[in-house]
Amino acid sequence: MDLEEAKEFKERCTQCTAVSWGLTDEGKYFCTSCHNVTERSKEVINTEAIPNSQIKAINRGLKRKKQLEKGWDWYVCEGFQYILYHQAEALKSLGVGPELKNEVLHKFWKRYLQKSKQAYCKNPIYTTGSLLSVKFPNDTSFDMHHDLLKKGILRNDFETLCTKLKSFEEASQEMTSVCSGSIDGVEYSQRKEKGIVKMTVPKTLALCYLSLLWQRETMTLSDLLRFVEEDHIPYINAFQHFPEEMKLYGRDKRIFAVESWPDYEDIHDKTIEIAKFLDLPRFPDITEDCYLHPNILCMKYLMEVNLPADEMHSLACQVVKMTGVGEVDFLTFDPIAKRAKTVKYDLQAVAIIVVVLKLLFLLDDNFEWSLSNLAEKYNKKNKKDKPWFDFRKWYQVMKKTLDEKKYKLEEARAKFMWKSEKPLYYSFIDKPVVYKRREMVVNLQKQFSTLVDLTPTVEKKHPSSFQFNWIEEDNDRTCFHGHSLQVVLKEKGQSLLTKNSSYWLSTQKFCKGNVCYCKHLTTYEESNFSLSYQFILNLFSFLLRIKTSLLHEEVSLIEKKLFERKYRRTKKKSGRSRKSR
Amino acid sequence: MDNFSEELARPVTKDGQVKMSILSGTGMHFPWLQSYVETVVIGGKKKKDFSQTTSACLSFIQEALLKHQWRRAAEYMHSYFQALETTDGHQRQTVPELIWKLGSEILFYHPKSNVETFTTFADRMKNIGVMNYLKISLQHALYLLHHGMLEDADRNLREAETWRYGEKSSSQEILINLVQAYKGLLQYYTWSKKKKELSKLDKDDYVYGTTTRSMINRSWKTSMNLSALIKIPGVWDPFVKSYVEMLEFYGDQDAAQEVLTNYAYDEKFPSNPNAHIYLYNFLKRKKAPRTKLLSVLKILYQIVPSHKLMLEFHTLLRKSEKEEHHKLGLEVLFGVLDFAGCTKNITAWKYLAKYLKQTLMGNHLVWVQEQWNSRKNWWPSFHFSYFWAKSDWKEDMALACEKAFVAGILLGKGCRYFRYISKQDHQVIRKKIKQMKKSVKRYSIVNPRL
Repeated sequence: MDLEEAKEFKERCTQCTAVSWGLTDEGKYFCTSCHNVTERSKEVINTEAIPNSQIKAINRGLKRKKQLEKGWDWYVCEGFQYILYHQAEALKSLGVGPELKNEVLHKFWKRYLQKSKQAYCKNPIYTTGSLLSVKFPNDTSFDMHHDLLKKGILRNDFETLCTKLKSFEEASQEMTSVCSGSIDGVEYSQRKEKGIVKMTVPKTLALCYLSLLWQRETMTLSDLLRFVEEDHIPYINAFQHFPEEMKLYGRDKRIFAVESWPDYEDIHDKTIEIAKFLDLPRFPDITEDCYLHPNILCMKYLMEVNLPADEMHSLACQVVKMTGVGEVDFLTFDPIAKRAKTVKYDLQAVAIIVVVLKLLFLLDDNFEWSLSNLAEKYNKKNKKDKPWFDFRKWYQVMKKTLDEKKYKLEEARAKFMWKSEKPLYYSFIDKPVVYKRREMVVNLQKQFSTLVDLTPTVEKKHPSSFQFNWIEEDNDRTCFHGHSLQVVLKEKGQSLLTKNSSYWLSTQKFCKGNVCYCKHLTTYEESNFSLSYQFILNLFSFLLRIKTSLLHEEVSLIEKKLFERKYRRTKKKSGRSRKSR
Repeated sequence: MDNFSEELARPVTKDGQVKMSILSGTGMHFPWLQSYVETVVIGGKKKKDFSQTTSACLSFIQEALLKHQWRRAAEYMHSYFQALETTDGHQRQTVPELIWKLGSEILFYHPKSNVETFTTFADRMKNIGVMNYLKISLQHALYLLHHGMLEDADRNLREAETWRYGEKSSSQEILINLVQAYKGLLQYYTWSKKKKELSKLDKDDYVYGTTTRSMINRSWKTSMNLSALIKIPGVWDPFVKSYVEMLEFYGDQDAAQEVLTNYAYDEKFPSNPNAHIYLYNFLKRKKAPRTKLLSVLKILYQIVPSHKLMLEFHTLLRKSEKEEHHKLGLEVLFGVLDFAGCTKNITAWKYLAKYLKQTLMGNHLVWVQEQWNSRKNWWPSFHFSYFWAKSDWKEDMALACEKAFVAGILLGKGCRYFRYISKQDHQVIRKKIKQMKKSVKRYSIVNPRL
């Protein structure tokens, strides 16, 4: 036995100070708890054994393998803790303030463990928090562990801890070997307690978003999800970042393996669910100087989609004011409030821009083109002046760019590598098959990579909150930021009015009650709407990577607020209504 | 290798659930309906992004292959391999075959690919699952054959032949037979090379004896390999041909005839004109009686009435004593000329001209009318238009004369083709035209001779 052979070596490990040694194949000592290999090696006393050394080595090798298979004892929530830790690190490297990781996310996670009765409470369902801290003595890099160590032991009743520890050690030996690598994988997937929100991989993102929101960081939900898809934030195969000794298989696969990208609405709903579960207080106010305030986000998206930003921005701000969506109470997330909801900040800002576009250009496949004719004529005549915004030209530029980007995204998605280097399997019967497949895939890929040009085609994109770039001026990609909206305005007395005096509503009816979010009346049937409206919805939903119908709903909601009186009056009327300003 | 492109069309349908494929009664396919039904079946649940992107990847590969962008296809293929790791049981079955088909297609055309790359790929793919081993081995061998590597192909087939996998191998019996047959075909190839050498040698030569001995040995093995396959219903032309050639060479005429008869007449076999052609040629070589030859050709006439052997059939019929054969002879000629590919066949026209005259002289006007009735609507513009008259005359005067005669007989001397040709004044055929005019006057079926 390895361990017995190594018993005579009694020094403390330099890394983790434990005294638990094993022998490597080369006869060197290694620490069984942190796998630190020493320089010292066991002296070979018996020279007789040399001819048989090969047999011995094989023997030992087999045993060691079996022993390693078990790996550390670990709990499912530890796995999530690792994922959260790495996600927080990734956010930090994306430029988010360090407080997010050390204070906010950490606190949320602790609160989660407490609320879900996994740690930091009088009667934890199991002693996860404390146990795991005992088992990670050397992991100095993860400060959260240390914290857990201190607080977990301090807050837990010491006696119960000891008894639980024992019982777990016994239980774990059979449990780990049967259905999951983690100790409580099976138990975890069977738990169905009412009122407890079970952690899942998508919910780690919801937690991240909650902390971003708390910190009022300059990152929207759509940005976060895009970074996930672009692999700047660990999510798919996040378990790859677990230490080598944390073995995953069986039920763990169902808990940690993800085969889909996060969905905007889904994560949004989960965020609210978790915030409620954690019983969080009202979040810091979102005021006009916050990034998430519609005034600022509108500016960002106006720049992004290459519209005359300055002039349209003032109009957007006006809409924000009229609809009241810029007010602090409306914007600030308050989980304790009766109807807890977070505003979909990015979506709302984009919807406001759509409404502004509708106000200016009507988007009925007719008016916007006639305005374009005017602008084109003017621009031809006055080449030196500030050019008038030409909707047609803008459409042509944007359409081309959008199509290119869409195709590139499609290509990138088709080439996305889903499978991790260490494959997950359900059982030991599965294992050789799964590993063989993995090896096969790697070999085939190696072979085909020689047929592809050596230059890596999918270079990792530099993370940016902008997807379109309009700074460089070239012929096909005109920048419209500085163009004038003169074409849509006319003077009347001293004030400027828009030439367009009509408006059509995206939805006629809503359900009764003010805050009804049922969707059956706002269903987006593409063919019912004008082509330019469709294009604009497509453009923005591509930008946020959401469904077009979602944006259409949001537009309807903004319109509802903007034309509230009109809605009240037309309740009984039907047919396409036109509102005059 | 040639049928790779045909096979490529199949993966598209195989991609989705084959069993659930929506086919309407008319055989029309609605791909959009398919995906719609699928979402309904799984309760409107969204497909995992993993399977969505891999199937998108698949269509990118197919698009690249269609456009012959091999490098791009290889690029996507690189990503598509991960589909092998799918957890979906059905996909697990279909993906290896798909990858083999697409991958081998790419490697066949990719400029950076070579025999070694292809072989490594094939060897890897053979061992993913068990169901594809034989198929891939066979196609691999065909690839090697295509590159002239006969020995390697032979070794490959030999390996495949001995492959066994419990019950799985018995269900793939036909594939094993095919593997053996291809091996036989390779042996035939060497045999036939030897035969050629032998024909150059002197019979008294010492070498002659040893060579024949080794040939006999080889052909015996080959016949074992080939005979198993050709008993199974199917189209096995090259195998049958080489097998018969060897049997004939060693004087086993009866066995050869039996094989060919079986191949042509067994009802379980799909209808195959070549089978009848082989049998006819064999019988002709063996100087079989006319009735036997006629019966073979009669079947061929029903399958391919435009075959060039039909003219031979006509001659045989003409020589026969039976009157019904004479009638059929006329029918066969008309039948040949119904096809666009035969319109300039001068022999056919010559035969028709001659035979029309003969038939009418024999007072069988009814026969001619019977044939003509169904054709009088379209033959004039198909064969006897003014345009054809001009171009035929320019290209081939002899042909034009024959056609003009037939036109005159069938349509009367007023017909444009006949008029155009008969007006031509040319020294060489002046006499012929004169004669033609005379005959037409006498025999034309439109002549009011009441």
